[in-house]
Amino acid sequence: MTKVNCSIDVHHLTRVEGHGDIRISIKEGKLIDATWAVVETPRFFEVMVKGMSAQRVPFLTSRICGICSISHALASIRSLERAMEITPPDAAKKIRQLAMHGETLQSHALHLFFLAIPDFVNTPSVLPLIKSHPEIVQAGLRLKEAGNAISALTTGRLTHPVSLVVGGVSKAPEKQELLALKHQLEGVLPDLEKTDAFCKTLTIPDFTRETEFVSLYNGTTYPFIGGDLLSTDGIRQDENKYLTMTNEYLEEYTTSKLTRLSRESFAAGALARFNNNYAFLHPRAKETAETFGLSPVNHNPFMNNIAQLVECHHIVHDAISMIEKLLDDPLDQLKTQWTPKAGAATGAVEAPRGILYHHMEVDESGKVVKGDCIIPTTQNNANIHLDLSALARQALEEGKTDKEIQLLCEMVVRSYDPCISCSVH
Amino acid sequence: MQHLGFSHTKLKIGSFDFTCCEGCQLQLANHESSLPAFLELLDIRNFREISSERHDDYDIALVEGSITRQDEVERLETIRKNAKVLVAYGSCACFGGVNSLKNNFPLDQAVREVYGDKSVDTLPVRKISDVVKVDYSIPGCPVSKEEVERIIVSIATGSIISLPKYPVCVECKQRLNTCLFDLGEICLGPITRAGCDAVCTSGKTPCLGCRGPADDINFPSFKQLVSDLKLSRDELDEKLGFYNCFEEFRHDKS
Repeated sequence: MTKVNCSIDVHHLTRVEGHGDIRISIKEGKLIDATWAVVETPRFFEVMVKGMSAQRVPFLTSRICGICSISHALASIRSLERAMEITPPDAAKKIRQLAMHGETLQSHALHLFFLAIPDFVNTPSVLPLIKSHPEIVQAGLRLKEAGNAISALTTGRLTHPVSLVVGGVSKAPEKQELLALKHQLEGVLPDLEKTDAFCKTLTIPDFTRETEFVSLYNGTTYPFIGGDLLSTDGIRQDENKYLTMTNEYLEEYTTSKLTRLSRESFAAGALARFNNNYAFLHPRAKETAETFGLSPVNHNPFMNNIAQLVECHHIVHDAISMIEKLLDDPLDQLKTQWTPKAGAATGAVEAPRGILYHHMEVDESGKVVKGDCIIPTTQNNANIHLDLSALARQALEEGKTDKEIQLLCEMVVRSYDPCISCSVH
Repeated sequence: MQHLGFSHTKLKIGSFDFTCCEGCQLQLANHESSLPAFLELLDIRNFREISSERHDDYDIALVEGSITRQDEVERLETIRKNAKVLVAYGSCACFGGVNSLKNNFPLDQAVREVYGDKSVDTLPVRKISDVVKVDYSIPGCPVSKEEVERIIVSIATGSIISLPKYPVCVECKQRLNTCLFDLGEICLGPITRAGCDAVCTSGKTPCLGCRGPADDINFPSFKQLVSDLKLSRDELDEKLGFYNCFEEFRHDKS
């Protein structure tokens, strides 16, 4: 066997959100170095929020990300409401939960069908699949559309929500629209079955690197907004103690910060939520997990794709039952009137790619004096970086070529569904 | 693709992102029901976010984001050279967008606040037309997919490309919304270019002006309205400064 000598340099990796590079150097079949470097330009949102009125802040921070803008708006809103001791009405809380489902469904569908699946079927993008696999592409588009429909109805727009505000929501969906949405969601249940069947035909790379998984945990439901912070290594903290769960640090080779907890790195995202909250998944979602051999705690990063699919099942079923409850709700109390008050608090939500923290401090006039945002991909970057070395080493032992190693490395990065602009914010 | 029995050439298009959230590019993947038909119009030559195929022979470049680092200037100049038509795509590209709020702080202070002692390359935020010639602009945070489809179809069919000249107020009235000024809010709808179908105000949220000023706005009268209703000038300024597209009015303290 000839020994592999190569240097893999993937500048601006494709089919991910934002700009990141993979650099791998192999000499005589031995791995010299593997790096995941974020090269995204920083935007300085934590500086921009300073001096801004609390009610305007969610409209700014939602612009951190074009995929998970609802999560960012709600993380800011939750931190500001907790800081100023504002309790939103129950109806608003329900609408927000539903909005999170919409965002997660559209984001997972975008990732699975547009970004991840092309690697597994050897095409450069989803575009050739429109002709070769029309049924599965149509199923993916309908799932994504259903997610977008939830977001549009609950927040007023697909991207960058308009009706999520400090104190509650500014507008409620009409009952007729909710009913139509319920029918649309029931209509995509067969699409989930089709996706299960299609994903069953794909070969998920066999790779395991033990790591720690961090997510929200509330002990009663599969978590999306607020709760305790839990790690699979047994650490549990109050939401406001987010800094002890993240321990951000800097490295020269990357413009994103990195984080750690009990080990060198940890992971956030669908697989982390799954590993910590399996018990609270909808039975139909558990069924899909079982057919893919996915059970907690799973340490194969490629299985994050399957965990996303499992969550899509959970979300569609849960959204249908949430809508049934909203149909019985008068939806007349949407917003709590509030006056500014000095304070500081954390708002943690489960964005599609994992746990997201916003911490805001406001003065007595309701202006933000300090802001901090810790992004899921920031938390995943160190884990991705370490996965690359382990994966490249394993691939070399298995006698893979440089092309195959590059593809596997690209695939493992994409499995995390990184949101790189977000991670640099 | 055939229309009325005629075929036309697909538009060779590239989509490129600079400093931004990439939400505008993602709108291209929305409107799922019309997406396959829309894609039939296009030959996507370069679109890193959705495809691993990269070619430099595109006629139209959609450029998203603002410019905040030297390597972005060089990348943008290359795109300008390759493209026949360059479209500033979204509010960050057209005006600098929310990123421009960074320019309200000294750069070294901003870097220190976020990165401590680590040196990080960053420049004051610029819009695309500050760096290269822009042929068309599609504003919005995010852009409206309906408007993008309309403009792309106009380019494909050789029709006139235009944005509404009137303000968001017109579209808001068409949607029979209660005026947010009547609810005690400052809304930039009367002075902001329409084309969004008044999406924010229809969600009972005041317009923050992401599409920039409409043609021939009457700013003195708008300012008078805010002061007659005893609404806060500071709040007005915060809103005018949100997307960096009302700067001449924000600083008009007359």
